[in-house]
Amino acid sequence: MATEHAAHAEPNYIGVFWWLLALTIVEIAVIYMPLTKLVIAFLLVSLALSKAALVALYFMHLKFERLTLGIIALTPLILCVFLILMLTPDIFPS
Amino acid sequence: MSEVAVMHHAVEPAESPLTPESWGKLGMWVFLAGDAMSFGGLIVAYGILRYASPNWPVPSQVLGINLTAFMTFLLICSSVTMVLSLSAVKSGDQKGLMKFLGLTILGGLLFLGCQAYEWTHLITERLPELGLSFRAHLFATTFFILTGFHGMHVTGGVIYNSAVLAACLRGRYGAKHVEIAGLYWHFVDLVWILIFTFVYLL
Repeated sequence: MATEHAAHAEPNYIGVFWWLLALTIVEIAVIYMPLTKLVIAFLLVSLALSKAALVALYFMHLKFERLTLGIIALTPLILCVFLILMLTPDIFPS
Repeated sequence: MSEVAVMHHAVEPAESPLTPESWGKLGMWVFLAGDAMSFGGLIVAYGILRYASPNWPVPSQVLGINLTAFMTFLLICSSVTMVLSLSAVKSGDQKGLMKFLGLTILGGLLFLGCQAYEWTHLITERLPELGLSFRAHLFATTFFILTGFHGMHVTGGVIYNSAVLAACLRGRYGAKHVEIAGLYWHFVDLVWILIFTFVYLL
């Protein structure tokens, strides 16, 4: 992540579009693959997070913003992981 | 203090930290971080309810994946037209701005149309058939809350983008405002990517 906000070359938006489209098609293909549930879930979550990262980094220009802004943007994700951890006693009652 | 900040002294008392371009951009990012928490809370709640329920149906067998895949495609396309409209307004191309921001708004409207069709079909036919109607199963509750909350965001985005386009055409708004509206619109697209995966595919 660049700390420099000054003029940057415009990212290749159409390239990002093709990536997003390809990853969506892969996602749909994954659910019809003869894999175990856990593997499918892992693949889907990774693919979804990659797509979300592409949108945030290129369309929302996070790649070209200051690092602190990126940390602000990441806070909700960290807090959600924390929320899941805090709720594990409810998910797996002893 | 940079030259730009001094020039706009009357309008913006000091340069915004993190986003020297405008305070509005920082404000939008902080709002989006908070909004992401709302979505995060709802998605986590959905995950826990689903995990704790003994007979959760397989979403892809209840919901139409083809239609929602098309809706995903629509939102991705409208995100692309949104960045293209920003490029247009930055290079002073008013016609390009009208075309691309107009297409973005159209994409949002088409998305809402598809969602209205999907909801009608689910509520009147599909869910009662499977015994999954609103009152009968948490599947419907979580589905409608998540997609509904997102749909309201799309509705808000369509209104927001229309207002920005109107103000741009009257010369009151410029690249700065289109960029901030774009942040919101891309966020709505980003959230749909997650909802599409967690609610429809997983």
